Amino acid sequence: MTLEPPSPSVLNRRHLLGIEGLSYPEITGLLDLADEYVALNRQVEKKRAILRGRTQVNLFFEASTRTQSSFEIAGKRLGADVMNMSVNSSSMKKGETLIDTAVTLNAMHPDILVVRHQDSGAVALLARKVDCSVINAGDGAHEHPTQALLDALTIRRNKGAIDQLTVAICGDILHSRVARSNIILLNTLGARVRVVAPTTLLPGGIERFGVEVYRDMREGLRDADIVMMLRLQRERMNGSFVPSVREYFHYYGLDPAKLRYAKPDALVMHPGPMNRGVEIDSSVADGAQSLINEQVEMGVAVRMAALDALSRHLPNA
Amino acid sequence: MPVTENRPLLFANARVVDPARELDFSGDVLIADGVIRETARGIASAGVPEGTQVVDCRGRVVAPGLVDMRAFVGEPGAEHRETLASASQAAAAGGVTTIVCQPETDPPIDDPAVVDFVLRRARDTAIVRVRPMAALTKGLAGREMTEIGLLGAAGAVAFTNGAQSVTNAQLFRRALTYARDFDALIVHHTEDPSLVGAGTMNEGEFASRLGLAGIPRVAETIMLERDMRLVALTRGRYHAASLTCADSLQVLARAKEAGLPVTASVSINHLSFNEFDVGAFRTFFKLSPPLRSETDRLALIEAVASGLIDVVMSDHNPQDVETKRLTFSEAAAGAIGLETMLSAGLRLVHAGKLSLLRLLRALSSRPAEILGLPVGTLRPGAPADIIVFDPDEPWLLVPADLKSRCKNTPFDEARMEGRVLRTLVAGRTVYEYF
Repeated sequence: MTLEPPSPSVLNRRHLLGIEGLSYPEITGLLDLADEYVALNRQVEKKRAILRGRTQVNLFFEASTRTQSSFEIAGKRLGADVMNMSVNSSSMKKGETLIDTAVTLNAMHPDILVVRHQDSGAVALLARKVDCSVINAGDGAHEHPTQALLDALTIRRNKGAIDQLTVAICGDILHSRVARSNIILLNTLGARVRVVAPTTLLPGGIERFGVEVYRDMREGLRDADIVMMLRLQRERMNGSFVPSVREYFHYYGLDPAKLRYAKPDALVMHPGPMNRGVEIDSSVADGAQSLINEQVEMGVAVRMAALDALSRHLPNA
Repeated sequence: MPVTENRPLLFANARVVDPARELDFSGDVLIADGVIRETARGIASAGVPEGTQVVDCRGRVVAPGLVDMRAFVGEPGAEHRETLASASQAAAAGGVTTIVCQPETDPPIDDPAVVDFVLRRARDTAIVRVRPMAALTKGLAGREMTEIGLLGAAGAVAFTNGAQSVTNAQLFRRALTYARDFDALIVHHTEDPSLVGAGTMNEGEFASRLGLAGIPRVAETIMLERDMRLVALTRGRYHAASLTCADSLQVLARAKEAGLPVTASVSINHLSFNEFDVGAFRTFFKLSPPLRSETDRLALIEAVASGLIDVVMSDHNPQDVETKRLTFSEAAAGAIGLETMLSAGLRLVHAGKLSLLRLLRALSSRPAEILGLPVGTLRPGAPADIIVFDPDEPWLLVPADLKSRCKNTPFDEARMEGRVLRTLVAGRTVYEYF
């Protein structure tokens, strides 16, 4: 297969900081490009030279083996020199600020920074201080754009189109950047989006995000095409958002009985890592309707597409 | 305190606004020996003392200097943020002639010796009047009452835990009761910390979209409700330090209607901005309490206009670059405000939401009355703390021109209308704009 360089209009910006503000053509352009990378990734020879000579730094202030590996593989397959930096333990503890880190890194002339940070808005702040392109790999409870894109790609490849579909996003919406990015993206692509959660795990004003809100799992899943589960952030349990894991699983854990309320051909997704027996039952996670492993595969392709598209804006590209 | 100039000074052809007496007329103001001698029409033609220096104001406003009820000054302990000297320079440029500084210093102002230190440092270094509020609880820890009597005798004008609420209701009840014996004023920040939690901005749709933890309005109203019950029980004099939402106004109105000895402030920031100004995580708009909705902002302005809210204060809180150049969650809350308070208030006057008299009342005479200070008026015999300002003069706020040590102003690069031309404290000019 041949990969044509994307036109600069695929992603009409220097950074990928969120789904918010991305246009329909930008989203579909990225998904189309990612489709091509899925094909490439299934070949024996997976490498392209699009980022040859470029330096990609994965700067993770918050641990995430899965996302970091996905970006690392994506960068390497495009020929970039990839460096992983975990910052949560070293410099920051010595009093260095995010901006200090950014300025220091900038002096090393990276071409693309992939950043994860525990605070909302941190990646955008950093992007203002560096000369290279920045990809948001998750900032606080704000956005996680490549996760939403990979979810959309997975859905599109399995269902053909996204408009007309009913997608139920279930679980800890309050703390989830994945939910925020997905709500914006799926709305842009014309899906009908539902959120299902106990009220303590719903952010204020959620009903104005263009979603239907359900507190009852069975009602929320009724006739859904896609059931997207979210990880219950167990570290948040201390805040008494839900009384116990047992009760949470009883009412909001996805098990075969609850899944039966969705359409017979409904598909199950989860951004991982999963808490089996908390938000999802193993038989569903590993069942025939699960797309969870496919999401991981799509993740690499989407990140290659994002890196590729952004590289078109790099100097001397 | 600056020395007094000997020559009498006549501000002629001015728009004289004295909110303490509800006066707003074209006339003159004569000062001599550091005090106001006369405010009337045609003083110049009626004859002034020999040697009087006459300043033709050409219709500009002459009003009492502003009394700012809430300014956080870093001295002692955080002089890199602000000193009494630098704060007073900023104040003079903004028309503030009395700064009421907060006890959140290092060490906190919880001992008569520290009150004495602040007053002496102010006397030696500041160009405007400085009066400290003392801590209500020792070490601001919220566990033990301070020496309210001795602190008051040393010069503290009120008692507060600054930007923290006293959560222990029993202690707060006792403090209100004890303070009553000294006719001491208790100023309280009304925010239940357990409801604030990890919140960083107003709770609502916008916070949800930004993925920031929200602070609900009830964090304020619950604490205010509790306080009103305790004031009813004790009859201690109480001032709500910084109200931000419409719900609180209902609570305040009920308390006032019931005749409780209650007054309240709002910060100029909460009259000028709303939660959307946070925009893309702009930390200069991170305040405590947070900026609320536009509905709340409009309700607060209306409350100032009606007199329900007594005082508008700057909430001057200098934060150095290192504490603001952080993510929104990590950044310190606070904005400077001494230099911009009057200009920002005049925006509301220009917008037709407040009369000039009402604005100046909230900025000068009311806080002076509440604190029992003899300033905030042009009444003959009062100290000649005076400002002359042009309410229409346009200007652009350039942070580098600010006199504060820190430049964390939400009015960064804003177009302002109205500026102070001259500030006098006890008859001596401490600021003049050329």
